[in-house]
Amino acid sequence: MRYNQAMSLTPEQVEHIARLARLELTAEERERFSRQLTAILNYFQQLQEVEVAESALTPPAGGDARLRADEVGESLGRDALLANAADHAGGQFKTPPVFQQGGSNE
Amino acid sequence: MNEVLLLTAAQMQAGLRRGEYSSQELTRACLEQIERLEDRLHAFITLAPEMALEQARRADELLTAWRRQGGELPPLLGIPLAVKDVLAVRGLPCTAGSRILEGFVPPYNATAVERVLQAGAVVLGKTNTDEFAMGSSTENSAFGVTHNPWNLERVPGGSSGGSAAAVAGRMAPFALGTDTGGSVRQPAAFCGLTGLKPTYGRISRYGLFAYASSLDTVGVLAHTAEDAALLYGVMQGEDVRDATSLRAPVEAVDLSAPPDFERLRLGVVKEYRQHDIQPEIAAALEKVVRQFQEMGATVQEVSLPSTRHAVPVYYLIAPAEASANLARYDGIRYGPRQPADTLPDLYRRTRGRLFGREVKRRIMLGTFALSAGYQEAYYGKAQRVRQMMQQDFARAFEQVDVLLAPVAPTTAFPIGAHRGDPLSMYLEDIFTLPANLTGVPAISFPAGFDQSGLPVGLQLLGGPRQEALLLQLVHAFQQVTAWHNRTPPLVLEE
Repeated sequence: MRYNQAMSLTPEQVEHIARLARLELTAEERERFSRQLTAILNYFQQLQEVEVAESALTPPAGGDARLRADEVGESLGRDALLANAADHAGGQFKTPPVFQQGGSNE
Repeated sequence: MNEVLLLTAAQMQAGLRRGEYSSQELTRACLEQIERLEDRLHAFITLAPEMALEQARRADELLTAWRRQGGELPPLLGIPLAVKDVLAVRGLPCTAGSRILEGFVPPYNATAVERVLQAGAVVLGKTNTDEFAMGSSTENSAFGVTHNPWNLERVPGGSSGGSAAAVAGRMAPFALGTDTGGSVRQPAAFCGLTGLKPTYGRISRYGLFAYASSLDTVGVLAHTAEDAALLYGVMQGEDVRDATSLRAPVEAVDLSAPPDFERLRLGVVKEYRQHDIQPEIAAALEKVVRQFQEMGATVQEVSLPSTRHAVPVYYLIAPAEASANLARYDGIRYGPRQPADTLPDLYRRTRGRLFGREVKRRIMLGTFALSAGYQEAYYGKAQRVRQMMQQDFARAFEQVDVLLAPVAPTTAFPIGAHRGDPLSMYLEDIFTLPANLTGVPAISFPAGFDQSGLPVGLQLLGGPRQEALLLQLVHAFQQVTAWHNRTPPLVLEE
């Protein structure tokens, strides 16, 4: 698709993006980000003028990536990994429930 | 100040071996200098005096044994250094400048850190950084602003501003930094240092807290190219723990033979000459061009038209990658969490309250650039322009061996200069971003001072894997210039 001529992000759109990104924003932040992201995206409109090939993208610089052999190595161990968790019990990470009691939350 | 702190790391290496001072004396001198200046510079987030003195004690034992029996010594044995707080050091808190990692203690070493420790270095502590390396001034740290040793009202640059201030403030002879869009080179330029950003993949990123994975590199801040080569030399090379690390054989950097200037083709970027640059930086650039010419180099102008779009390309791709990389900070596996009744609320509250403004802004920007209906127009377009830039650079490096360019449009700007205006801060990165977007190595080096006494830095960019050439050229330049030897007055005052 093409860019909108004058790109703007309303506080409502900002809130939608924040929900996708799992970020709680204050009303003040929604206003601020709406203003700042609008300014940034308008500056980025310059990319619209650039003629680019529609050919397939090649991997970015350093296309040397590869996977190592699938061999079992040493691991850090459960205690070391749980040591940094805010909450854990019985050798597992502990979290609040995914769903609220009595209905879907998300 | 203890005079020993004015030595380069290479001189310290020689002095330690000759027994002029012990590693413990050297380490104590660094710790005393930190004690003396840290209130004013705030270069560190975490100090590790006990760990450092223990490493120094072990280094001294090895040095004593070596003087009796001879043999091989690890290259950095007993030399202190500082590590940017986005690289894991086992047993030391690692915050990445963020409240969301407050109290996190990594149970492992980053490969770069493991290699400097294997080489015998002494880790003094973890230096301040913009939160998750997102920034050009170190003002985005959750743990306070770092001040520039040349002028306390100015920023040290960023995001490796803590490492730059520590080295310029002679708290450590050199330091590890990271460079995703200029975060080693720009603070090096603002603080009068030499800063190396290697080829993408040259130094393993295992244990580096990922920001933008197609751009992140580990780099070095030092006083001289010689010291940068010393530190780079031990960190470079393949690592099975980083799938993107280069498989190229490790090349020793030999600075003893001067580069062949008669055959050197130096390129100057045409588009950069038309850019609005502080006059002293433009003048320094022309002067260094003449100096390279006098040393025998051929100079020619090179056109890189796509570089004018570096800011939007970078600030779409890097936030897009960041929005994915930072999804791991969810309040479950590490760091503090905000209380909530359900898991989705726990994510939102923890991330919303513990990430700082710039990090949230980039996550939002990246999430938008990748969202349904916008991905092709924003992220896709940016990737295609990035590819053009890579082609422009490949063509340029057929015509010339290295490119000379400014590091930033200005010298160190005042603290608060870009407050509330993120776009104006992003535009500061225009000259450093292309090396990351194309993956090529670059080195910034001191090339003068402006009228208010702030350092002027320039950078050389080379083709892929040309770190050795860049280091040799800056080393040769530093044999005939003295900009890199100046010390901030603050450091010398009693």
